[in-house]
Amino acid sequence: MTETTLIEIKNLTLGFTSRGGQERPILRDLSLNVAAGQTIGIVGESGSGKSTVALAMMGYLKPGLKVFSGHVVFDGHDMFEISEEARTRLRGGSIALIPQDAGQSLTPTMRVGDQIDEALRLHTRLNAEQRQSKMGEILNRVRLPSAQDIARRYPHELSGGQQQRVVIGMALGTGAKALLLDEPTTGLDVTTQAHILQFLRSLVSDTGVSMVYVSHDLGVIAQVADRIAVMYAGELVELGGARGLLASPAHPYTRALLASIPRLGAKVIPAALDGFHPIVGEDRQGCAFVARCPIAQERCRATVPAMVDVAHGQAKCFYADSDGMEKIEGTPVVSTRKDEVAVEADDLAISYHHRGIIDLLLGKEVPPDTVARVGFSVNKGETLGLVGESGCGKSTILKALSGLKAPKHGRMVIDGQEIPGRVAQRTLDVIKPLQMVFQNADSSLNPRRSVREILQAPLRLYFELSHQEMETRCEELIDAVRLPKTYLDRFPGQLSGGEKQRVAIARAFAAEPELVLCDEITSALDVSVQAAALLLLKQLQEMRGAAYVFVSHDLAVVRAISDQIAVLYQGRICESGPTEAVFRPPFHPYTEVLLGAILQPDPDAVPRLLADDVIDREPPSTGCPFQRRCSRRIDARCDEILPPPRHPETGHVIYCHLETDELPALNAVE
Amino acid sequence: MTIASVNVRPRSGSAVSGFWPVLRRMVSRPSGAIGLGLTLFNVVVAIAAPLLTSYDPATPNADTINLAPSFEHWMGTDSLGRDVYTRVIYGGQLAMMVTACAVAIAVTWGGLVGILLGVIGGRTDEIAMRFVDAMLSIPWLLFLLLMVSIIGGGAWIVVPILGFFYGISIIRISRAAALQVSARDFVTAARARGESLWAVVTREVFPNVADILLVEGAMQWSWMLLAFSSLSFLGFGAAPPTPDWGLMIASERSLLAIAPWSVLWPCFALSTLIVGINLTADALGKALGVDRAREKPT
Repeated sequence: MTETTLIEIKNLTLGFTSRGGQERPILRDLSLNVAAGQTIGIVGESGSGKSTVALAMMGYLKPGLKVFSGHVVFDGHDMFEISEEARTRLRGGSIALIPQDAGQSLTPTMRVGDQIDEALRLHTRLNAEQRQSKMGEILNRVRLPSAQDIARRYPHELSGGQQQRVVIGMALGTGAKALLLDEPTTGLDVTTQAHILQFLRSLVSDTGVSMVYVSHDLGVIAQVADRIAVMYAGELVELGGARGLLASPAHPYTRALLASIPRLGAKVIPAALDGFHPIVGEDRQGCAFVARCPIAQERCRATVPAMVDVAHGQAKCFYADSDGMEKIEGTPVVSTRKDEVAVEADDLAISYHHRGIIDLLLGKEVPPDTVARVGFSVNKGETLGLVGESGCGKSTILKALSGLKAPKHGRMVIDGQEIPGRVAQRTLDVIKPLQMVFQNADSSLNPRRSVREILQAPLRLYFELSHQEMETRCEELIDAVRLPKTYLDRFPGQLSGGEKQRVAIARAFAAEPELVLCDEITSALDVSVQAAALLLLKQLQEMRGAAYVFVSHDLAVVRAISDQIAVLYQGRICESGPTEAVFRPPFHPYTEVLLGAILQPDPDAVPRLLADDVIDREPPSTGCPFQRRCSRRIDARCDEILPPPRHPETGHVIYCHLETDELPALNAVE
Repeated sequence: MTIASVNVRPRSGSAVSGFWPVLRRMVSRPSGAIGLGLTLFNVVVAIAAPLLTSYDPATPNADTINLAPSFEHWMGTDSLGRDVYTRVIYGGQLAMMVTACAVAIAVTWGGLVGILLGVIGGRTDEIAMRFVDAMLSIPWLLFLLLMVSIIGGGAWIVVPILGFFYGISIIRISRAAALQVSARDFVTAARARGESLWAVVTREVFPNVADILLVEGAMQWSWMLLAFSSLSFLGFGAAPPTPDWGLMIASERSLLAIAPWSVLWPCFALSTLIVGINLTADALGKALGVDRAREKPT
């Protein structure tokens, strides 16, 4: 390559020393170059060491870690040889880290402008006046509108995307040559994410800064990276040009990883990777991936494969050039929908606002309800997908169904029986058929209770069982979620993220529910594990005939497993209907925005940005909920009058003032 | 008003559980080992006191008044001719027993009320906490003196009063911890499942707050020992001729210049116990991963 190398990692092995004095490597013999002006994407599952690599590039090691061999050279400085002082000068100067939640790294009580000024004062020699003009320059460069206005705001007055830009701007303002971005868009909405990625691309072409982009999401990496480094268990297993690597992955792990990502195009549950990611620092011989590899041979177990050249770069596999691997296929989804209605909701309205005495005295208006006019009906064996960005009220609706938040008005009917709003008013007979699985299995399992005790809780509550029957049921349940029986004696701390979620699913099914509420249950899991969890849900549905209300922000996941979909914006349904109809034109303008912002692991599928990335804190009190961001807003009608339902086909409803034939119809999918 | 805050962290590699692992972790630091050693030494000596001396701690002896330490009387004798060594090893018994009972009361009632308030939350919690604030502002020592002058003195009168007042500060701690635990999804899950309040408190929240209560209880024990010794010193705790460190210090203090041993030894014994318990509680907190960042109570 002709470009100058900015960051060079050579044969880096780092790790910790165990109590017994053995070296436990976390990164093994890793070599990686980043050229000036280049963007490299580092992808891997949690525990693969991808963030450790990024931190090592700035000469930082987490406490307890030590470099065993190799070195890291940044811009001519050996980062682990130079003095701490010199390192500190480089960090935040020529090399800057943008953490996952950049908003958190801004001081909440300080105006944005003052914070930028402070960073400039510390890292540059500019005087107050120069700093002022520099600040304007920075804010313009990160494409923030009206720099003066932004500088006067506090961090919470900016949207997540804007906060991210301010932090990146600060890094650039102090003269960074390389930006290390550690999952900068994880946890942001799809539309915000698409905006940031577009911004990052333009930033590279404008400024020539190098970027190291760490993410678990190949869809995101595909959008920004020139080269991709795939990490597995502390080793670099494949490295190459983004386009080539994504089109024809050489390492079996890369192939499996790509196959586990849900695609918008097909209604299949993607193939999961079997087995487990090796434990960090574990002793091993041979290839890191051997335990999960479909084509592993005897010699893979004995010797560590060397990096070999492949068409687009390098891969660490003996069989990288062979085409012995067949395409990994997912599992097609079959609907198990029955004709009986399991649950119905009608005209639900939920509000978090209380009008206190002070509000009354001041004559303050009550803000519009968080959720309003939401109604749906789910049949037995059917899955309803609720999609929308964060704050759209999808989780709030689940809270209402489970009785944790009483709706202001509206009806909820289960098994033909109207149920009271609060769980305290419901009898166990009403609660039992309605179970919930939470987003974060870490916090939804009591760390002080064994898996057996966790599964026994609902059994004890809803059924009268003898000790022996209880034990049999626990074993059946743990078996149904594909975990060995020995897991009954474990505590949640001894389980991986995917295993915890399985236990949480088993707990929900212990009650023999008719309806299971799933609140973003796969979003905290690695992609490779997510596929397995989705498959499990589908299989349980086939076996037990339960209905699901599945909340997610990931349209591809929702499409894969839902029979029906409702698209929510600001707590109001914009579009609903059978999955295929919703994904087929015509679309609601908001659905179009969502579909356009989806990222696929394909550098050619560039997202289309159809709406601004702004904060919309409260739903508008009149008119269409999407009026403020809609690119097809007609006139005052949208602000004042509730949009009427349009029925492009039976069962498919779009709430919009546009006539059916005027609705956006560009085919965003396939 | 200072704010009590205890962080309930998800159990990580830094914290351990189980009796032996916790004990091992505690003694792995010098401060923990010293603390535990001092505490155990004091407790064992107090229990085994009758075996460790041939003198009687209470009977005066006119022949041996204010003798300096000698082979016969290792720590000398006091103004009534009693062996100071004997009185020192007996002197912790009453204080430790009384305060241990008071700690048990404080932790039980304070822990229970605190967890309940944290779990129930809302207006009930809001109102109850204002009462707690109000009670914290009562100078408990004066209140105790008032009670003692109404009911009459005695070591065992002190137990419920100490237990009650120290329990109030435990309410704050356990409520803060329970609030954090209640916000986690497994408590929400239990509520959504239809579990009773009692089941939520005992099965879900208590196991996650128990560590904090244990550490708090240990800490309070040392403060209560100090408090009880102060009461004895003032004449409201142990009654003569009971051997008690606070009482010994009070009755012999006028002779500090002539027979310092009869004052200094009980002082020393009391300090070793209190330092020991403090270090133990600290080590226990570290071993269990309980972050103690809070004020010293009144």
